[in-house]
Amino acid sequence: MSDFSERLLTGSRQHKGAPIQPFALVLVPLAAILFQVYVTHIFPLLDFLELPLLVTLHFSLRRRGPLSAVFYGCAIGLVQDSLSGNPLGMYGIVKTLVGYFAASVSQRFEVEHPASTVVLSFFFYFFHRFFYWVLARALLGQLVSFDPQQALIFGLLNAVVAIPFFHILDRLRETA
Amino acid sequence: MDSFLSRYRNLTVLLILIVAQLILLGYQVKTNQDIRLVRVWSVSAITPLARALESTRFHTFGVFEDYFVLLGIRENNRKLKDEVGRLKMQNQFLQTQLADADRGRALVAFQAQSPSKTLAARVIANGTGSNSAAVFIDRGSNSGVESGMAVVTPEGIVGKVIAAYPSASLVLLVTDPTFAAGVMSQKNHVGGTLKGQGHGNCIVDYIQNEQKLDVGEWFYTSGYDRVFPRGFPVGQVSVARAGRNGKEVYLTPSGLQGGVEEVLVVLEGVHQIIPENAPPSPVVHMMAPLPESPAGPADPTANELNTQADQIREAYKKIGQVENHEYGVSNSIPNYNLKLQQPQTAAAPKTATAPPTDASTAAPPRPQPGPSAPAAAPLPQAAQPVTTTIKTPSPAPKKPPAAEAPKKLRAPLLQTDPADADPSELESARPAAPKRPGEEKPQ
Repeated sequence: MSDFSERLLTGSRQHKGAPIQPFALVLVPLAAILFQVYVTHIFPLLDFLELPLLVTLHFSLRRRGPLSAVFYGCAIGLVQDSLSGNPLGMYGIVKTLVGYFAASVSQRFEVEHPASTVVLSFFFYFFHRFFYWVLARALLGQLVSFDPQQALIFGLLNAVVAIPFFHILDRLRETA
Repeated sequence: MDSFLSRYRNLTVLLILIVAQLILLGYQVKTNQDIRLVRVWSVSAITPLARALESTRFHTFGVFEDYFVLLGIRENNRKLKDEVGRLKMQNQFLQTQLADADRGRALVAFQAQSPSKTLAARVIANGTGSNSAAVFIDRGSNSGVESGMAVVTPEGIVGKVIAAYPSASLVLLVTDPTFAAGVMSQKNHVGGTLKGQGHGNCIVDYIQNEQKLDVGEWFYTSGYDRVFPRGFPVGQVSVARAGRNGKEVYLTPSGLQGGVEEVLVVLEGVHQIIPENAPPSPVVHMMAPLPESPAGPADPTANELNTQADQIREAYKKIGQVENHEYGVSNSIPNYNLKLQQPQTAAAPKTATAPPTDASTAAPPRPQPGPSAPAAAPLPQAAQPVTTTIKTPSPAPKKPPAAEAPKKLRAPLLQTDPADADPSELESARPAAPKRPGEEKPQ
C-alpha cells in the first residue's frame, strides 16, 4: 500500500472535525449567497460558480459530522430557495443530501488533499445539478432541461475553483 | 427502539429533514401559498448588502471616471437615458394615438385613454434558481410594488413581479420556463401564450397551423392575462413553422435585448391599442435629403437667408463671383476677407431675428386647449418633431386640402401631455364612454 493510499484511508481517523468559528458559520455562507446573487449580476460569466454548494461541501468535509452537515446544508439550501422564485425546499433537500454524503465520505477517507477536493467537488456539483433537475421535474412538474455536457464542464470549473476556495476557508478557520 | 435510533441517529435526522422539506414543498405546491416569513428574512438579509455593494461600486467607479475621464458625463448620461426611456414611452403612446388619428378617432381615444402609471426601478441582483430567470429590483412594497405587477422597458415587456418585499421585489423574467403571458400578433391579431424556455428565445403556444404568421412579425401583449396591459411590445417572431400540435413559433423578446438594468414597474396599467406599425426603432429616424433642383427650391420662401450659414454661403458665393472663382473647379483660393458691398446684409439680420414670425406664419394656428383636456401641461419635447415635420417646406407635391384634414387633428393632441393630467379632472371631463374590458387594475 502506497503512502498516499494509506493516508487516504487512515488519515480521516487521525483527524477530528476542526472547530469553525460561529461568525464564519454565518458570514461565509451569507457571502457566498451574496456572491451568487450580486456578483453574477455584474459579471454574468461567473454564473457557473455555485459557491453555496462549495461552502456546504467545505463545512461537511472539514467538520466530518453528518448531523451538523445535514442541518448546515439544509439551512443554506433554504436561504437559496427563498431567494429564488421556486417553492422552499428544492435546494434545501439537495443540499441536505450533499451535506450528509460529504460528511459520510469524510469519515472514511482523507479529504484534505487537493485531489480529493477536486474529485469530490466535481462529483457533488454534478449530483447537485442532476438531483435538482430530478426534483424540479418530479415534484414541481417543470419541464426544465438538463444539459449533461454543460453540467460536466461547470462541475470541472467549480472543482478547480474549489481548491483555492477551500484553502481560503481553511486559512480563515485557522486564523479564527 | 432507543438503541436503534441512537445507532442510526444521523440517518434518522436526515430522513426527518428530507421528509419535512418534502411536506413543506407539497404544502406550497398544493395550496399555492408561500412561506413568506422565511423569504422575507432571507431577502432582508441579502438585499441590503447587495444594495450597499451596488451603491459602493456605482459611486466608487463613478467618482474615478468622473474625476479622471469625463466630469459629469456619467450623471448626464444617466439622466439622458432616463429621459430617452420616458420619451420612448411617450412616443409609443403618441404613435398609437396618431395611428388612431388617421382614422378620425384620435381625439376620442386620447380622451378615453391615458398612459400607464409606472415606477422606475433598478435591477440589483439575480435570482438563485439555476433553471429559472429572475432578478431583484430595488423597489418593493414600500414603493407601492405588488406581486403580479408587470415590469417593462420602453423596448418591450421584461417580466412580472412574483414577490414584493419591503425594500426589493423579485421579478420573473419572460425567459423563465414558468413564465406565461397572453400575446397577440400585430398583423392578423393571432392570439397565443408566450412561454419562456430558460434561455434567450421564447415560444408562443396554442397557435393553429392554419393561422397566418410571418417571420419578423411583432407580438404585443393581449391584456387577457390581466398582468400586462394590452399593446406593449413583446418581441419579433424569429421562427414560425408548422408543428404536430400546432404552429411552432419562436420569439425574440425585445425587452431583454442588451441586458436589463433599469426597468419600469407598471403600477396602474392602461390597455392600449396594438399599433399597426412596428415599435419605434432605437435607430434615429432621418428624413430623405432634399432633391437638388437646378431651378432652385420650389418654395419661394427658401430663397430667404434664414440662417447664419445661409448668409455665409451667400457671401462666399458673391466673393467667388467677384474674383471669378468657381468652387470645385479653380485651383486658386479666393480672398474670403474681401469686403463686399452688401445690399442684403440689412435684410439678413431682420430675417434671422424673426424666427417667431416665420414660425407663426408657417405653423398652423394651434387651437386653445378646451375643457376636454383639463390640467394638461404643454409637451414641448414630444410636440416639436411632429409640428416641425408639418411646417417644413417639402418638395413633395402638395396634397389636396382634404388630405390635410388629419394633420389638423394632430395639433391639439400635441398641446397636452396625458401623463401630466390629473386623473380625477380627466375623468370628470371624459365623455361617458363604455367601459373597456380589462380596464380594471391588473392583479
